[in-house]
Amino acid sequence: MTNLVEVRDLRIEATTDAGRIVEIIKGVSLDIPDGEIVALIGESGSGKTTVALSLMGYARPGCRITGGEINVNGKNMAAISEKERARSRGTDIAYVPQSAAASFNPSSTIMEQVIEVTRIHNLMPPEQARQRAVELFKALSLPDPEGIGARYPHQVSGGQLQRLAAAMALIGDPKLVIFDEPTTALDVTTQIDVLKAFKSVMRAGGIAGVYVSHDLAVVAQIADRIVVLKGGEVQETGTTAAILSAATHAYTRELLAAFEPKPRQTQANADVGAKALLRIDNLTAGYGPVRTNGQPVVRAVDSVSLLVERGRNLGVIGESGCGKSTLARAIAGIHPAATGDIVFDGKALERAAKNRSRDQLREMQIVFQYADTALNPAKSVEDIISRPLAFYHGLDREARSKRVDELLDMVRLPRTLRYRRPSELSGGQKQRVNFARALAADPKLIICDEITSALDTVVASTVIELLKELQRELELSYIFISHDLSVVEAICDQIMVMYNGERVEQITPDKVKAPTHPYSKLLFSSVPKLDPTWLDGLVRDPELVNQYGHR
Amino acid sequence: MTMARATTSRRSFLGHSYSLVGVVAALVILAWTLVAILAPYIIPHSIGDIVDDDYFGPMRQGLWLGSDYLGRDMLSRVLMGARYTVGISLAAVFIACFSGVVLGMIAAVTGGWLDTCLSRFLDAMNSIPSKLFGLVVVAAVGSSIPVLILTLAVIYIPGAYRFARALAVNINTMDFMTVARVRGENTIYLIGSEILPNIIRPVLADFGLRFVFIVLLLSGLSFLGLGLQPPLADWGALVRENIGGLPFAAPAVVVPSLAIASLTISVNLLIDNLPQKIRDRDA
Repeated sequence: MTNLVEVRDLRIEATTDAGRIVEIIKGVSLDIPDGEIVALIGESGSGKTTVALSLMGYARPGCRITGGEINVNGKNMAAISEKERARSRGTDIAYVPQSAAASFNPSSTIMEQVIEVTRIHNLMPPEQARQRAVELFKALSLPDPEGIGARYPHQVSGGQLQRLAAAMALIGDPKLVIFDEPTTALDVTTQIDVLKAFKSVMRAGGIAGVYVSHDLAVVAQIADRIVVLKGGEVQETGTTAAILSAATHAYTRELLAAFEPKPRQTQANADVGAKALLRIDNLTAGYGPVRTNGQPVVRAVDSVSLLVERGRNLGVIGESGCGKSTLARAIAGIHPAATGDIVFDGKALERAAKNRSRDQLREMQIVFQYADTALNPAKSVEDIISRPLAFYHGLDREARSKRVDELLDMVRLPRTLRYRRPSELSGGQKQRVNFARALAADPKLIICDEITSALDTVVASTVIELLKELQRELELSYIFISHDLSVVEAICDQIMVMYNGERVEQITPDKVKAPTHPYSKLLFSSVPKLDPTWLDGLVRDPELVNQYGHR
Repeated sequence: MTMARATTSRRSFLGHSYSLVGVVAALVILAWTLVAILAPYIIPHSIGDIVDDDYFGPMRQGLWLGSDYLGRDMLSRVLMGARYTVGISLAAVFIACFSGVVLGMIAAVTGGWLDTCLSRFLDAMNSIPSKLFGLVVVAAVGSSIPVLILTLAVIYIPGAYRFARALAVNINTMDFMTVARVRGENTIYLIGSEILPNIIRPVLADFGLRFVFIVLLLSGLSFLGLGLQPPLADWGALVRENIGGLPFAAPAVVVPSLAIASLTISVNLLIDNLPQKIRDRDA
């Protein structure tokens, strides 16, 4: 036994509701030596999380480990009893989940939950465990390490909670830690702190890790080796540097290509444009009771003005909580603005959607981030797309069916998909259906609220390509809201940077290399690069981080 | 409610999968429904006729379920009782669940003062003990079948409303509701087409539970003498009037109890084991 983890010919099967058996992991083998961090990378559905969970001897409900060996620290996790597995979980192997927020119990303090592992396994007396936890909090560079344990999960930020989840995993002194997309839900500025903390703790303790992610740039910063998975099989294995510089497999190249800066087509219709489609003046929207001066108590969007020209795109970028989604909802009339004017296509719009005319509603569509909740799970794709056709255009059944086919073609989905329900589609397909529904209304402006954030890099880049193509064909305008600079850069003619509800800067994509506002500088420098030395070499102005970072 | 789904074997037919338990439960319900419809044509004796010399007679040829405390044919009385138990309870549960669920969804979608007023009013209704409410209504307007149905329905509307509202409030926060709202859809579309399909399963389960409650409450009311008036009798009334046969283990008291149990258990088993559409198209 030379390696800490030796997986040989792992096979995992799942049973569908018709009793059909599907092999989801088809003979995966991998080795992890002591102290090495291996990244499992691949698109959603590639089996990367399933493989990672199997290292703990765990298969999700409906799945079964049917073959192969999973040797972790000398134990075959597939063969030993559930009781023995439970004994090694938390002490030999630990797990950091994707959403720490959903994994903490909101009704007990953080400290109680962090030291729970030591209590279950009788590792050390509680007093000692608390001291150890505080040391870990320090090592993970959490603010106020002595006091943070007494707080409840909702009293700390998302990035802090993610680091606390790591502390919980590390307290039992595991030999292997499994990170399941731990930074996917975080802002870029926060992600850096979390990555740095993970990296230093893992290196200091000589702990081996499995890092599951679909973000190659993040993986490049933290992993020693990369395993590329697709369709339940290993496509390519190699050191991080080798994979990034000399990938041999086609799929890996595709992943890398998604990171290449895309050549922007210069707007050919520059002379035609310059006609305002949407103009917003001093728009303020917020929450809470309205004061006597007509302003809400909490202002999520504060006196923002913007202009979208016909056939052009405006990008809105900023971290979570900066008010960019509230801005989108205020424009669409979902969350009526407190003050400010919205002029759309030459006419002033009512602030609340319910007072706008049906045609005004039709011409401005909004597409939400999570296709999972934006599509009614009880309806078929056909029903979802054909509703706007019937509602706005009054098409009869036959005309609707024809138009649904056209729309599915437009968003590059096979026509046979129309009978499926959203739960039977992949993330990218769902987002396309979501988009097709907006297109069905025949709009002039589509507000895209983080529509690629929940998608893999490869899928996201194809969705962006699709949006560009549709724009050329249908003369659409987009307001593109995102926290991902590369996405906004790829599609927008103007980029507006928001911070704390205010517009801090408006720039054009060719000038992103040289932003003037300090916040833009911090934001743009925080986007991970494919270079493995990027994180270690990153120097950030501490004053900037103090001023704008949420630590 | 039991989660029998994982353990029972399922077979597939016409693109749906069925469990054996569900099929058996459906057959029991179907049988009782047929009995309820056909009762007047199949009963061997009129329900008021005294046909036995003895009371609490045993099962024997001609009197297949024995006789009751007055020597009347038990089989005829149970069969006719199915009419009242199944009929009144089903009518009441339909009214209660339909009004409760529709009001609950409207309250969740509309919100504001309508939601507040409806919720507080129905909470107040909920606080009246059901048997007491039945007692007052029967004392005020007398006992008749329509009065019984309406009383039972009114008693169970608040519960159905609360249940549906709680479910609908969750659905209401989903993005697809926002999309539908900014599309300009009206409330009827929102509740019928966007919310209802997503809550229909728990609502049906609630329907089943509520049906059982109503059968039991109706039996309870009849037991107190507030339900149907003699010689008509639902199953609850049959148990009450024959309770004196208990020391003799008379079929007259056992059979209607078994009838109540078979119907209520079947309804719940059926709802727990509804056919499921198979979504795996490749199979």
